[in-house]
Amino acid sequence: MSLARILVPPTAKRGELVELRIAIQHPMETGFRMDNNGRVIPKNTVNTLICRYNGAEVFRAEMGSGIAANPYLQFYIVARESGNVEFNWVDDLGEKGAASAPLQVTS
Amino acid sequence: MILRFAFALPWLAAMAAYAAQPFRPEPLKSGLEFSGAEVRALYQDDFSSPAMLWTTRGEKLWNEPAGAAGKSCASCHQDARTGMKGVSVKYPKVDPGTARLTNIEGRINQCRTQHQQTEPLRYESDELLALTAYVGLQSRGQTVSAVIDAQNRRNFERGRDIFYTRQGQMNLACTHCHDRNFGRKLLNDTISQGHGNPYPAYRLEWQTMGSLHRRLRACFFGVRAEMPPAGSQELLDLELFLAWRSQGLKVETPGVRK
Repeated sequence: MSLARILVPPTAKRGELVELRIAIQHPMETGFRMDNNGRVIPKNTVNTLICRYNGAEVFRAEMGSGIAANPYLQFYIVARESGNVEFNWVDDLGEKGAASAPLQVTS
Repeated sequence: MILRFAFALPWLAAMAAYAAQPFRPEPLKSGLEFSGAEVRALYQDDFSSPAMLWTTRGEKLWNEPAGAAGKSCASCHQDARTGMKGVSVKYPKVDPGTARLTNIEGRINQCRTQHQQTEPLRYESDELLALTAYVGLQSRGQTVSAVIDAQNRRNFERGRDIFYTRQGQMNLACTHCHDRNFGRKLLNDTISQGHGNPYPAYRLEWQTMGSLHRRLRACFFGVRAEMPPAGSQELLDLELFLAWRSQGLKVETPGVRK
C-alpha cells in the first residue's frame, strides 16, 4: 500500500466549508521514460482517487501522465454530520491505497 | 631552467595561499532565497511540501524493529523528537570508533550493521533518505555548526581543495559558480551559493527526494567531470567543507528545491 498524508480538520461547525488535503507518495511514471538500458518504464500512475464522506462519494479525481510525481490535492466539502472522511485510490498496477480520518461536526 | 622556475614559483605560492584561505560567500544566503516564490511557498507549508512524505515514512521506520537484534532506532535513541534534536548540525563528523568521517547516512548504516545486526541501507534508497530526512528534521531551524578540529582537518583540507580545483571538460571549480556568480542566471536557473543545509531535499527536477551526494554528483556531471560515487570519501570531505562554509545558516531539512 502506498504511503499518503491526509489533512482533515478534527472538528467543524455544521454547514462550514472544510478544506481537505491529501498527498500520495507515488512515482507517477508517464510511460515515456526509459531506464539505463533503454527499456521503456511502463506507465504507472494513480488513475483514480475517490473521497467518501460518511460513505457517500463527495470527490473523485481521474489522473494520468500529466500529473507530477507525488500528487497533492486540496478540495472542500460541506460539513453536515459527524463521520469518517475516507480516501481510496488505485494505480495502473492495481495497487490500492486508503486513508481515513474522523470529522467531528458541532452545531 | 632557472627562468622557468622564476615564473613557476610565485605562481605556485599564489596557488598555495589561495587554497589555504577558504572563504564564505558574503552575505550568506540559503538556496531558498534563489529558488523563487513558488518553491518557497511549497517549502513553507509543511503539508504541501512533498518532502514530508519521506519524513512520515522515516518516523515509521524509526519505530520499526529491524535485523537479528530485533531493535528499532527508538529502542536506543527513544523519541527522535528529543533524542535527535540538534544532532545533524554537527555532521559530518569523525566517528570515534572507526576514526573516519561519517555523515548522517553513514551513521544510520553503522547503527544498522552494528546494533540492529542487519544489512546497511543502499545509498539513495527511499528508506535511507526517509530516515536521514527524519533525523535532519529534528534539527530544522538550528544553526549549522560543524567543527573543524585536529581530527577532521585533513578531510576539511581535501574538501576545500575539491571546491577550489578546476575540473571536467568545462574546466570549472565549484567556486566559479557558487562564490563568484551566485544570484546570476545559468540558463533558466538562478545560481545559488551551493549550501548543503536543505538536504536531503525534494527536488522538482528529480520528482523525488535526493541526498546531498546526489546533488553534488549532478554538479560534477554539469561540468562534465568524473562523478565520485555517492558516499565516497571525496564527497564526504566536500560535505564537511560545505558544512563549514554554511556555518551560520539554518538547517532546512527536508528542503524543497527546483
